[in-house]
Amino acid sequence: MAPTMTGRKTLGAGEGSLAVFFALFALLWLFIASKTTDAAYAFHAWLFVLGSIVAVVAIFKRYMARPAEAPPQEIDGLPNYNFGPIKFASVMAMFWGIAGFLVGDIIAWQLAFPALNFDLPWTNFGRLRPLHTSAVIFAFGGNVLLATSFYVVQRTCRARLAGDLSPWFVVLGYNFFILVAGTGYLLGITQGKEYAEPEWYADLWLTVVWVVYFLVFVLTVAKRKEPHIFVANWFYIAFILTIAVLHLGNNATVPVSIFSPKSVIVWSGVQDAMFQWWYGHNAVGFFLTAGFLAIMYYFVPKRANRPIYSYRLSIIHFWALIFLYIWAGPHHLHYTALPDWAQTLGMTFSVMLWMPSWGGMINGLMTLQGAWDKLRTDPVLRMMVVSVAFYGMSTFEGPLMSIKAVNSLSHYTDWTIGHVHSGALGWVGYVSFGALYCLYPWLWNKRDLYSAKLVNWHFWLSTLGIVLYVSAMWVSGIMQGLMWRAYTQLGFLEYSFVETVAAMHPYYVIRAIGGLLFVVGSLIMAWNLWKTVTSQALAIPARPAGAAVAAA
Amino acid sequence: MATETPAKKSLWDRHKIFETNIVVLMIGCLLMVSVGGLVEIAPLFYLKSTIEKVEGMRPYSPLELAGRAIYVREGCYNCHSQMVRPMRDEVERYGPYSLAAESMYDHPFQWGSKRTGPDLARVGGKYSDEWQRAHLANPRSIVPDSIMPGYPFLLKAELDVDKAVAEMKVHRLLGVPYTDDQIKNAMVDLKAQVNPDDPNSDAMLKRYPKAQVRDFDGNPEKLTEADALIAYMQMLGTLVDFKLYDNKANLR
Repeated sequence: MAPTMTGRKTLGAGEGSLAVFFALFALLWLFIASKTTDAAYAFHAWLFVLGSIVAVVAIFKRYMARPAEAPPQEIDGLPNYNFGPIKFASVMAMFWGIAGFLVGDIIAWQLAFPALNFDLPWTNFGRLRPLHTSAVIFAFGGNVLLATSFYVVQRTCRARLAGDLSPWFVVLGYNFFILVAGTGYLLGITQGKEYAEPEWYADLWLTVVWVVYFLVFVLTVAKRKEPHIFVANWFYIAFILTIAVLHLGNNATVPVSIFSPKSVIVWSGVQDAMFQWWYGHNAVGFFLTAGFLAIMYYFVPKRANRPIYSYRLSIIHFWALIFLYIWAGPHHLHYTALPDWAQTLGMTFSVMLWMPSWGGMINGLMTLQGAWDKLRTDPVLRMMVVSVAFYGMSTFEGPLMSIKAVNSLSHYTDWTIGHVHSGALGWVGYVSFGALYCLYPWLWNKRDLYSAKLVNWHFWLSTLGIVLYVSAMWVSGIMQGLMWRAYTQLGFLEYSFVETVAAMHPYYVIRAIGGLLFVVGSLIMAWNLWKTVTSQALAIPARPAGAAVAAA
Repeated sequence: MATETPAKKSLWDRHKIFETNIVVLMIGCLLMVSVGGLVEIAPLFYLKSTIEKVEGMRPYSPLELAGRAIYVREGCYNCHSQMVRPMRDEVERYGPYSLAAESMYDHPFQWGSKRTGPDLARVGGKYSDEWQRAHLANPRSIVPDSIMPGYPFLLKAELDVDKAVAEMKVHRLLGVPYTDDQIKNAMVDLKAQVNPDDPNSDAMLKRYPKAQVRDFDGNPEKLTEADALIAYMQMLGTLVDFKLYDNKANLR
């Protein structure tokens, strides 16, 4: 941290200790690799060894190449922003996005045509589905959150990102976690808890990365030049803190041994169910909502060039949202063996949650006041505004589905899948796409995107995809729910289970086609971003003295 | 703002502390997100009514536990719930609604969230082992409209018996009431459960009442993962006798 005054180059304390840490870490994993009898775990151990060695080499190579002094906090009175790790995370976001959408579409086709499972362990639906959910939520969404949070916190605090190696440790370490988690699912390493499938060693690694992420973020806020902490940063803070609490609570496990990938969760049965959905619903609430609301609060006003509609509304809905969300978990456990009082609490708070959710939607949409005409000319802004509309829709549908009577029909069916995807594709997907479309030109110093027309194509193709997806799931979900409870005139159950499965086939095909359109849209986006970064014609000529943008 | 002297501080003014002090903001966030979790989770550990008193529940036998690990590994929970809800159609389709007590030894719980396939909470004894084997190998050979993946590889893969025994010890550490006897004989019991001629099978049945002793995968030569998985599925929902269960006894 302390800038050296002399011209002589010395290895910083951070560089030195991190190199030592990784050297020891490589040895530890080498030891594990040599002792374990589990082939998949040995593969992961070697990944850790390799990753640690690469880290040590990278630290020294970076040291050799860097100037003697630490990068200045400011150049000519302007903050010297650190964009390197953000560029990395935003590229990884695009990469994992495509991978995650693609795997999602593959498993959608598997449900329509089961022969596509190929009867192999690593290609069957049971292993690919966690790969899909983790890839889109934690890999795609996570990298978008890392990239945008590091960008927004610097801009709104007018301060360079805290730490020198730490931001790189966060983005690289996080993506390494994704690699370990994803390959683990394919090889059959899982805890069997939805959205928290990674095993104990991946969880521990993520914990370390997350603590560093937290420190980088908070210390950057702490050295801000602005008196106020910008609204978006409240949401990022709530997201980072709460995800840490949830992660630790839901992943409390005892490993069978250090040489085994397997661990046993501390909680059991009904308590484990409650922990799981306390975690599961708030992965939605804090990862996919609070974090992405932060994105909305920075990128929508910025792109529309309008102030946030109501500051006071943002205060009220922030506190209400984070307070109420935590209670909503039990609506995943209606009519189960969870005690009724907990189910009732979950339902009550889920219904109340509608209000702060719409507070966020109103604040986002009304920010467009006086700039609605831009929706016609700026497809990026349109994407973000539609995302907020989807947010409003799915946060209305959610409370509706959490009402026990409705849930008795919708639970266990595709209605839930449709609901999740209207939020995931429409809200999280679109606001992320919008943010990335903004970020790429800003980070790579380009005047604009390569093509607004391609953004338009992306928008319409994926919107059509979402509509097909969500409506197919509404129909198949409600249909199946009704078929399960249908009785004949003589008082017998009308349908066997498999008849309800057969009835869903056409909707599964429609859903898979919708998903395919969404994948195609994301490929168009990647092409557009690639051309934006590589185009020379779009480059903004460097300012004569003291360019504001630091090199990676 | 600091330069002026406001006559009376409004709530909005008081909120400034959260907007300007990162530590206060963080403490505020942590307090807000703690309440719901504490209120909903903590009582589940001490309210006696949470888990019903029932006869017949016992920890999984070593083979069943190994089968359960395969069930988890293959992600069966992605498509199958193990939680019968107390609705007329579900009780008629699947059997008596699930009790919390029935999953009290489940680390992790496998209630599931989606029924792409049917609920499995009471699948034990519903189908024969042959049916289960053929269905695992190729679901469409039995149910033409099924969309379940095939798992022929489970019938070939040798079961890692050491893993199952090691896991049992951790389960005990976490409160599953395995006796010293059960832990000591884990390997013996595991092998006895797939071989009705094994001299230890009587002792095994004493340690695990209602356990089923058969060669589940129809291949006596080999102890496969299918043996374990089918043994697990065939015991699901069979431990509590609902003819004897008194649901009024648990009212408080």
